[in-house]
Amino acid sequence: MSYTIEINNKKVEAEQGETILEVLNRNSVKVPTLCHMKDMLPSGACRMCVVEVEGRKNLVPSCSEPVTDKMSITTHSQRVINSRKTIIELLLADHPDDCLYCERNNNCELQSLSNEHHVRNRRIVGKKQEYKLDVASTSIVRDPAKCILCGRCVRVCEEIEAVSAIEFVGRGNKTIIGTAFNEGLNMSKCVNCGQCINVCPTGALREKCHFTEIEANLQDPTKTVVVQHAPSISVSIAEEFGLDSGTDIKGVLNTALRKIGFNVVFDTSFSADLTIIEEVAELIDRVTTGGKLPMFTSCCPGWVKYAEGFQQDFIPNLSTCKSPQQMMGAVIKSYFAETEKIEQKDLYSVAVMPCTAKKFEQQEKTMMQNGISDVDAILTTRELAKLIRFHGIDLKNLEPEMADSPLGMHSSAGKIFGTSGGVMEAAIRTAYYRLTGKELTQYRIEDVRGCEGRKETKIEINGTTFGFAVVSGLKNAEILLDEIKNGRSDLHFIEVMACPGGCINGGGQPINQNIDAIQKRMKALYDIDDADTIKASHRNHMVSQLYKNYLGEPLGEKSHHLLHRTYQIR
Amino acid sequence: MKTEVDNILETYKGAKRDSLIPILQKLQENEGFLSKESVEKVSKYINVPTSKIYGVATFYNQFKFSPPGKYHIQVCRGTACHVLGSATVLSEIENALKIKTEQTTTDGLFSIEVVACIGACGLAPVISVNGEFHAQVTAESIHEILNTYREKEAKDEK
Amino acid sequence: MKNSNKKFLVEKVLNNTKPFDKNTLLTLKQITKEENNKPIIYIGAGTCGLGAGAGKTKIAIEQYLETNNIDAEIIAVGCIGLCSSEPIMDVKLPNKQRVSFEKVNNTDVNNILDDVFANKINPKHILAQFKSDTQEKWDNVIDISEHPFFEKQERIVLENCGIIDPTSIEEYIAKGGYKAYLNTIRNYKSKEICDLIEESGLRGRGGGGFSTGKKWKFSLNTEADQKYFICNADEGDPGAFMDRAVIEGDPHKLIEGQAISAFAIGATKAYIYIRAEYPLAIERLEIALKKAKEYGLIGKNIFGTGVDLDFIIKKGAGAFVCGEETALIHSIEGKRGMPRPRPPFPAVSGLFEKPTIINNVETLANIAWIINNGAGNFNKYGTATSKGTKVFALSGKITLTGLVEVAMGTTIREIIYNIGGGILNNKKFKSVQMGGPSGGCVVEQNLDIQIDYESLVEIGAMMGSGGMVVMDEETCMVDVAKFFMSFIQRESCGKCIPCREGTGRMLEILELITTKPDNSSNDALVRFRGIMELESLADVIKDTSLCGLGQSAPNPVLSTLKWFKHEYEEHIFDRKCDAGVCQSLRIFKIDVDKCTGCTICAKKCPTDAIIGSRKAAHYIIDDKCIGCGTCDEVCKFDAIEIL
Repeated sequence: MSYTIEINNKKVEAEQGETILEVLNRNSVKVPTLCHMKDMLPSGACRMCVVEVEGRKNLVPSCSEPVTDKMSITTHSQRVINSRKTIIELLLADHPDDCLYCERNNNCELQSLSNEHHVRNRRIVGKKQEYKLDVASTSIVRDPAKCILCGRCVRVCEEIEAVSAIEFVGRGNKTIIGTAFNEGLNMSKCVNCGQCINVCPTGALREKCHFTEIEANLQDPTKTVVVQHAPSISVSIAEEFGLDSGTDIKGVLNTALRKIGFNVVFDTSFSADLTIIEEVAELIDRVTTGGKLPMFTSCCPGWVKYAEGFQQDFIPNLSTCKSPQQMMGAVIKSYFAETEKIEQKDLYSVAVMPCTAKKFEQQEKTMMQNGISDVDAILTTRELAKLIRFHGIDLKNLEPEMADSPLGMHSSAGKIFGTSGGVMEAAIRTAYYRLTGKELTQYRIEDVRGCEGRKETKIEINGTTFGFAVVSGLKNAEILLDEIKNGRSDLHFIEVMACPGGCINGGGQPINQNIDAIQKRMKALYDIDDADTIKASHRNHMVSQLYKNYLGEPLGEKSHHLLHRTYQIR
Repeated sequence: MKTEVDNILETYKGAKRDSLIPILQKLQENEGFLSKESVEKVSKYINVPTSKIYGVATFYNQFKFSPPGKYHIQVCRGTACHVLGSATVLSEIENALKIKTEQTTTDGLFSIEVVACIGACGLAPVISVNGEFHAQVTAESIHEILNTYREKEAKDEK
Repeated sequence: MKNSNKKFLVEKVLNNTKPFDKNTLLTLKQITKEENNKPIIYIGAGTCGLGAGAGKTKIAIEQYLETNNIDAEIIAVGCIGLCSSEPIMDVKLPNKQRVSFEKVNNTDVNNILDDVFANKINPKHILAQFKSDTQEKWDNVIDISEHPFFEKQERIVLENCGIIDPTSIEEYIAKGGYKAYLNTIRNYKSKEICDLIEESGLRGRGGGGFSTGKKWKFSLNTEADQKYFICNADEGDPGAFMDRAVIEGDPHKLIEGQAISAFAIGATKAYIYIRAEYPLAIERLEIALKKAKEYGLIGKNIFGTGVDLDFIIKKGAGAFVCGEETALIHSIEGKRGMPRPRPPFPAVSGLFEKPTIINNVETLANIAWIINNGAGNFNKYGTATSKGTKVFALSGKITLTGLVEVAMGTTIREIIYNIGGGILNNKKFKSVQMGGPSGGCVVEQNLDIQIDYESLVEIGAMMGSGGMVVMDEETCMVDVAKFFMSFIQRESCGKCIPCREGTGRMLEILELITTKPDNSSNDALVRFRGIMELESLADVIKDTSLCGLGQSAPNPVLSTLKWFKHEYEEHIFDRKCDAGVCQSLRIFKIDVDKCTGCTICAKKCPTDAIIGSRKAAHYIIDDKCIGCGTCDEVCKFDAIEIL
């Protein structure tokens, strides 16, 4: 049913069931929100989106109020603006006011709102509460003093990730977002995915920063500092510099990294190809020897920790392959170090990742050889952008360069690892070849592409029908696992990414992303795939060389030692 | 080994989230407070994350995370009690026991809690000690009341 | 005896539709104890009674009976509503009317009972007697209906409280209980009940005052495989305790009312959400539900009608905000009791996302009466917009405290002066706080308004759940505002920003006004700014908060600001609290001529604010003084002055 309603004295059409906010957005009338999250039930907590509705005594939250026929709405009356401004002032009254020192300075919703509402003096003042900073996690720093209790992090953690590491704790003005028994986040079941950081409107959540240590190593002339960058970085970091979403700046990125002072620049897409070789070998081995199926990907550390913490029955189903980051790290610290004759103590290995969970993965015991970590430090996309600015590099005026050999070359199959469905597509291309000796005629597997949380396909290979599923967002994983627990048995291989949409929407990516940006990043990766001449991991001859010169066979002794991992119950 | 907590949980077979508060109430009745261990057991038993349980438990006044005193004093701070001087009563109790609200005396004998309204407004100001009501208390009578419990304790020890 | 009673009550009463014969009537009188063979001693053992010492009184009664070798029954009843007369003890001798004594402490028991058993009345403790057509009157004892506290009351909700044995379903049935329920499920359709209740004009007694019948219809008209009916017994308003009294004194009245209500919307599951702070009420309720189940009044296929109804008790865990419907639902679901935006309204999507109606105890306690007596007999009480009766909890600085049930439209003056006996110790009336933390205060000039939902709102107060806290000249209204603000601030759920942050800031401002300034420039600035902002903050909190708690949170401040602005000004400008409540505003000085240097004040001062040598005049260090007045109390030479 269609309604005619009035917004600020202008007639507009609305549909039954729409909220006021939806109609306002559709008509480009902007009202501020803090707690609102698209496609989730309204929480109604922040009261920023209040509007005046004729005939109603109090102001009405537009996020939760459905439109009714002939409703008359005023969005920016004196009364409304004054209320919104007061709410902002109330938040500021118990806020540290240290914008200049804040990670989110110039990228903070509270700051923008207070600016937009022309808050220019401290009208409401009073006692500020004392809070404890939580730096215990390897990945995420929580600063409750800056928290405005919008609850977005709690909802993402529960409704998207099925983790619920954090929750509202306490009541009234003593409420904080906390863990069980207010312990450090490291003690909780947090999987470090960082989605909470991405939705946080202020600086209350941020990644644990390795900046200083990396900078020190860069300045140290005795060190060879190697950097690798993940497949999704080149299509997302441009946004940090005001370029359009989905702009691919791979070449420029290599140049910028060298300018910062990294001695060697590798591309994680190389080790993504390597992962596919190992993982497909493992899959075929499980299928032919009656091993545990369905097999799950293990490249996402958020998912891996989730499985270890919540789905322990499925640990045997996890592929034992390390993630591309760790494979690259292991190869750098072994093959590269040996061929370049660099002593371990002089080698410092950095990974640029779209991810905060990688900071957890990097320090796990199973990721060490003789007490030496495969990878020494992680930079998120955001942190790299800062490092680029820090070094005064103007991205727009750089000539693109190639990554270093031999670990810089990749197929486009390795590149699409950056999106949900990419690992699966890459794996299917190679698995088909391994099992039939022929290349797929149609390299695109449309069924596993797109932004949906769950994608599935069935492919017949040599007379056997293989079931493949792709999920992103751990809540979707939980649902699929429940199906499997309840007897579903048609699936052979499942790709799981903790972040909705995969790494292009990772917890280390530029903040303030919208679904548009994610789709553009995804499209950029598939465009690269279309344009590339080498579309399958098994055709990356540098990978083949590596096996020939150093690793031996997939699943062989050396591979097993360097490229595979163990799991633990958490 | 099976603990008291396990026994209590067994009486809630098949329980879901809506049994959470009753279970916590039962556990607290048994232990006097909610320990981390029992919260973790409840979490496993009804499949609700510990963070959620902690969030619920810290929302409601009733739940405590450290053992209360042997004699738990609830001081009513309802309107009628306030108008008739419950603030003075509270500070007198605090002074007499040398603790603040939500604390327990070092000998573990007394703890103080402020409650919203016990619903005995006609007899304000009111306090309740382990559920036993004392009406129309004054700054003076509070000492007698405390002494009766101290004496009781002394007797029990003999 | 009990089993034969059950058979009798089921066959001759519950399953009987004809007028009772003579034998039945006699048995009923025996069950209700109007006819008794051995003496019965009733003791008011509601929470108030027990608080006032009823437990000790009961022990004394038992000892008395044992020592004197008297065979008598002791029955613990609920609260008749006259708290200031507790402990109350009634005696029912065979063939004599039941007689009631007040303020019966354990030491009074022997004298009173000695007298009664000798057919004499102790004049010091006599309260009244209860009328009976068949029993002999006591001489020179007024009937309870003539007692000034009860004379003006119209008791529907409280009719049985303090009179019947709350643990005996037999007594309730014998008094006509569950007749309304069986009549309903045997002879009515759900919609007819909704219509009848709508016609009666009954409105929610928990505060909002929405038409009960209309509310039910929202649920009745929503199709669903399961519906729920919740009784909100989370009586959190400080100053209100009628719900507790009903459950402690007459639990079946609630159960019957809720059973009818559940039928009226087609609910087969009923929840009673009750405060954990009411252990006695919970116990009584549990007993009552067990008995009702034994009688087949709840459960499956009730009395062969095909109607099913289960009851579940859920104990609250201490959160005032859980009185709000959506918060209460979250609490039953095992979540944090935080309200959510509406729509969807609970009547359409409530508990477990099913249609759910929530009414409070007092509302439901009216239902059976309306079914039995008809809508017309209910709506003859009251004003144009508010029908029936309302229970008020009278407390504070008033002579007679307790529960008062009067017809809507009674004036506040009548309640305070006629029923409540006026202000305690003949002090001067200042105000009466109505509606708890969401309400406001009523001043002298408004005492003659007729109470109804609308008239109270007009004068800036509200019905709320019916708390009436009387305040006299020794009450500081700024302090009262601070009290409510601190209550609300503590009980705010913390979800929406205006309530969470705003109430805290308002409280800080009130604290600044009522405490001694620390003289730092910042403090002075904050104080000045705060006072400027108090009202504007209040407006935004009212206008934007998520739930009723926040929307009404500033009311006590706004109300006191409206009527007692001069008290605020006095605190702010003169740094004085005339009522003497805000102690730290008091400035003390020692009259050096009178001071003998005895040092007692210096010794007793809790903050060491007094200095001086022995036998020399002492001085007070202002910065250290907290205004407690201890020095004034201990000085034997009247040397302490308040400036």
